[in-house]
Amino acid sequence: MSLSDSPILAETGAMTRFAGRFLREGLRPRYELPEFLRQCYVIGYQSLPLVGITGFIMGLVLTLQSHPTMAQFGAESWIPTMVSLTIIREMGPIITALIFAGKIGSSIGAELGSMRVTEQIDAMEVSGTNPFKYLVVTRVLATTLMLPLLTILADALALYASYLGINTKGVTTLALFTNNVLSGLTFGDVLPAVLKTFFFGFAIGLIGCYKGYHANKGTEGVGQAANTAVVVSSLVIFLLDLLAVQITGLLGLI
Amino acid sequence: MLPDSRTQPDADAAPGSGPAAEAVVRLEHVAKSFGNNHVLRDFSLLVQPGQNVVVLGKSGSGKSVLVKCIIGLLRPDAGRITVLGHDVASLPHDALDQLRARLGFLFQSNALYDSMTVRENLLFPLRRQWMAHGRSEEETLVQQALDDVGLGDTADKMPAELSGGMRKRIALARTLILRPEIILYDEPTTGLDPVTGREIDHLIRDVQQKYNTAALIISHDMDCVRLTADRVALLAEGRCYAEGTYEQLQQHPDPRVNEFFI
Repeated sequence: MSLSDSPILAETGAMTRFAGRFLREGLRPRYELPEFLRQCYVIGYQSLPLVGITGFIMGLVLTLQSHPTMAQFGAESWIPTMVSLTIIREMGPIITALIFAGKIGSSIGAELGSMRVTEQIDAMEVSGTNPFKYLVVTRVLATTLMLPLLTILADALALYASYLGINTKGVTTLALFTNNVLSGLTFGDVLPAVLKTFFFGFAIGLIGCYKGYHANKGTEGVGQAANTAVVVSSLVIFLLDLLAVQITGLLGLI
Repeated sequence: MLPDSRTQPDADAAPGSGPAAEAVVRLEHVAKSFGNNHVLRDFSLLVQPGQNVVVLGKSGSGKSVLVKCIIGLLRPDAGRITVLGHDVASLPHDALDQLRARLGFLFQSNALYDSMTVRENLLFPLRRQWMAHGRSEEETLVQQALDDVGLGDTADKMPAELSGGMRKRIALARTLILRPEIILYDEPTTGLDPVTGREIDHLIRDVQQKYNTAALIISHDMDCVRLTADRVALLAEGRCYAEGTYEQLQQHPDPRVNEFFI
């Protein structure tokens, strides 16, 4: 089998064309603003509880797990700095993106897949609506913009949980905790971490939409679309994270 | 005189079609293949204003492919499809959308938006085409479309709460709300019990008489063919194998045509 016959390369090429179409269609009117806002509500607002709880537990567990080791070295005062760096640079974006891929990526894949196999997308097209613009562009834009906001929220809750976790082992004021956190963080820690979540969100939305939009084989295809949307999105999140670390390193921000 | 079942009818002089210039749908030598599967080879047909034409054929003969080519969901490999004077294949996307607003398409699976209520399903095409001004006019049009199909009290129900026949009627109401000039029906009675199927057949006739729409109906249900067709075209071997009224084809000597009427 030659390289050009590789199904992975073919899939990557098809997905790249899909992304190109997203850019073309997204820039041209008509702009589906009401549907975009509805998707922001569905994708962003309705993910708040899950992302919030996950962020809270992430911060609490990280603090409680690291406390004994840090105490052994007499470095308990470094816990806020260590936790904040870990959460903001890596854990917050990655864990939130993975949770988001599981909840939103699968839901988009299943919804669009179901619409494809029941001819709802065709029905939309024959009623004079561009289904790509209405279904795909709005969802991809919503995931791209909502994931950074959710990550910031998860980071904030994780840090608050860390403050509570430290107070279960001793006494620290919120002012001191905040001061420790802020003194340990630089612009180069926060900005790349936030920027990469835009790309994570874009990838999750795009892959979910691509898998759903091209679903076939009836109900089996819907399940496959939802499943592969999560699997591929999760893998792409790690690949993008690796790329982000390399770029951040090259720019001297690590 | 019965039409010749072995000769491909010329699109310009299809039997019973009248002057070609008046045709609202004009198919000329349409061909469509999927790999080595040549579904349509050389299909020609005319549909005149206000006329119900049924395309009859066995399962898998390419009837649904044909109707999807007419609406522009599939592009034919060869031939020409003209709808309301426009060559469908050569239309840019925006112009195709404008043309589609003048057509109605009833899907075999109904294709109702299952995340929307019946009212929202009907409002969707209306709002996309800017056909109504204000909520009261929207509500009037929705109610009228639902009354046309005899389901005036279902506006707030979800599609999943409706029976198969009711879903078919709602799909027809969604088609009617834009007042189409031509309606394409893809297997309108498939999957329905005979009584409900007959109700849908009568509804198709009622719509034709009330709104004077032309219709292309894809079916292999002979009750549907008998009750709805002004003309019948038999699709076999990828071409218009025979064409005429129901009665003409019923008496056709060719066994391939006759087997549908036994």
